[in-house]
Amino acid sequence: MLKRVLSSRLAVLVLLAAIIAVVPVLAPSSFYLRVAALVWIFALAALGLTILTGYAGQVSLGHAGFLGIGAYAVAVGPAKLGLDPLLSLLLGAVLCGLVAYAVGRPILRLKGYYLAIATLGFGLIVALVLTSESAVTGGPDGMQVPRMVLFGWRVSGVSTWYWITGGALLVGALLALNIQASPSGRALRALHDSEVAAAGVGVDVAKKKLAAFVLSAVFAGVAGSLLALMNGFITPDAAGFMHSIELVAMVIIGGLGSVVGAVVGAAFLVVLPQALTVLQEYEQAVLGLLIMVFMILLPAGIVPSLRRLLLERAA
Amino acid sequence: MPQTAARRALRAAAVIASTAVASVFAVTPGLAADPIRIGSVVSATGPASFLGDPEQKTLKLYVEALNKKGGLMGRPVELVLYDDGGDANKARTFATRLVEDDKVVAMVGGTTTGTTMAMIPVFEDAKIPFVSLAGAIEIVEPVRAFVFKTPHTDKTACQKIFEDMKSRGITKVGMISGTDGFGKSMRAQCMKVVGDYGITVAAEESYGPTDADMTPQLNKIKNTAGLQAVLNPGFGQGPAIVTRNYAQLGITLPLYQSHGVASKSFIELAGPAAEGVRLPAPALLIADKLAENDPQKKVVMEYKKSYESATGQPVSTFGGYGFDGIQILVQAIERAKSTEPRKIRDAIESTKGYVGATGLYTMSPKDHLGLGTESFRMLEIKGGDWVPTETK
Repeated sequence: MLKRVLSSRLAVLVLLAAIIAVVPVLAPSSFYLRVAALVWIFALAALGLTILTGYAGQVSLGHAGFLGIGAYAVAVGPAKLGLDPLLSLLLGAVLCGLVAYAVGRPILRLKGYYLAIATLGFGLIVALVLTSESAVTGGPDGMQVPRMVLFGWRVSGVSTWYWITGGALLVGALLALNIQASPSGRALRALHDSEVAAAGVGVDVAKKKLAAFVLSAVFAGVAGSLLALMNGFITPDAAGFMHSIELVAMVIIGGLGSVVGAVVGAAFLVVLPQALTVLQEYEQAVLGLLIMVFMILLPAGIVPSLRRLLLERAA
Repeated sequence: MPQTAARRALRAAAVIASTAVASVFAVTPGLAADPIRIGSVVSATGPASFLGDPEQKTLKLYVEALNKKGGLMGRPVELVLYDDGGDANKARTFATRLVEDDKVVAMVGGTTTGTTMAMIPVFEDAKIPFVSLAGAIEIVEPVRAFVFKTPHTDKTACQKIFEDMKSRGITKVGMISGTDGFGKSMRAQCMKVVGDYGITVAAEESYGPTDADMTPQLNKIKNTAGLQAVLNPGFGQGPAIVTRNYAQLGITLPLYQSHGVASKSFIELAGPAAEGVRLPAPALLIADKLAENDPQKKVVMEYKKSYESATGQPVSTFGGYGFDGIQILVQAIERAKSTEPRKIRDAIESTKGYVGATGLYTMSPKDHLGLGTESFRMLEIKGGDWVPTETK
């Protein structure tokens, strides 16, 4: 029974929806809503990496680059090209997919460390372009993002964005869960375990890897667009190397390949720095220490470890 | 025993998680009387830490000293300080936290233009005064009701340079600028105001931030007839190379550098070629050489002494911005005799003749910076050191 519930797709979605619905009731001020909205946004980006790293076993150290592309799509589109923000968001997602396709085709022939380094280079290039093309992007000082207007309604305010980002996360989670259960998901997990074996049973390894990369880029792009629209301002450091590492850390801390894990990992890295500010200058050191402690004690990630524990108890 | 190990791990995780959650909700231990809460978000770590770190230290020292003297209006001051690591998104979150959760009455911080611009909407919406420590003129132009800043802008530096040129009878100049953020911004500001001084820019060249040789550009300037001086808006290593090439080409026209190179490392990099170069810089740089009757002498020396004795590091102009920011704020609260954010805002706007480490501030509804060109001192490099060209 418990096993069925824990592995049910519906249960995961209901759990996420319940959490999203409950947080505003408990939050004492809109600051907490903002932090929660940031968790949903970064969880969405981390979900993309769950598909790429968790399902397909490929490492990307440049995913903040896609976050940056999505973010600047909604900044540059309306401001310089006069496009509708929502259209810009969609175009940004398409652009991320296309860039991932173009970059992924040669890169995904590489394995292991080489792939990680190639994606790292990609992320650095995006951040560099955003910083130096100041005529378009405003340079290192960043640029304003025009407010989104939907059917004459100006979208602003922390609680509005809370619900939008929460909704986006649910849609992303639904997609990720369905992919996991689909033949493509099984193919991805097969090539995760052994590329040779997967190819042997007829999986088009290169094509599946590329598909996972493109999809994960679109997830990150949409998350970037939401971040830029919510903040109303964006700087190139959104695409920075540290953010790429943070995204990977979220997926690993939460639990590789787990949808709930991506959300828990995002919550870990977004909420914890806010909680640790009481430590002042020791904040960064303690944050690093906590990550180490968690990885040593729960090497499979928070969510899979807890799930195994529950199942062992029930058995 | 994998199960017990896992359980132990779980327990450890639970303890860590609960302390983390508890600390979110924990109220910082209160001081005797109800404290006045002033918020700050600076980039004490990350790529902008060379700006944010002295700011953070200055703010902490200032509030510590203030509380030792009995605080503000008989109440202790509590500085709620967060480090955004130079990340605009984090800065925005901390700004929301200061407003929504910490309930601060005012804010001084925002190390970079990026973090400041990201935080402005939060304070404008909440109608809480925000004194920024970042450079760009966009922060106060157009004027926003609740946003102020203390660092001088590129425009003031341009005006100071052109003032000096005018007094030397120079009317036709060449300009060579960097294409980095600083160089571009300053070039644009200089071009805007150059006409006010009856000066024309007859030759213009540029160089990339990592270029290693500017001889071709300088040669073109050298061959332009009738130039009387050359101006180099730039930041980092570029201006040092320009200065060296300038001397190698044997150009004898006066060379003006910007406040972007007002540090000892510029003199070291440019070597003997730096002799005779003029540049505008804040009084803090020549604190020891200021005349005894200089209005800023006392403030600058006191700040320099207290900072250097407490931190063991040389004072920097960036810390000076923080010093002026908090001091303007504290004086405004004193004048307003209130911690009502709107009244503090009005009082900051009416700041008049405040003598700070950076300069003399007089704000108005149209000017939320309030620094004139006198906040800059025109310096000349002589014998490997700064020498003020004018005595007040």
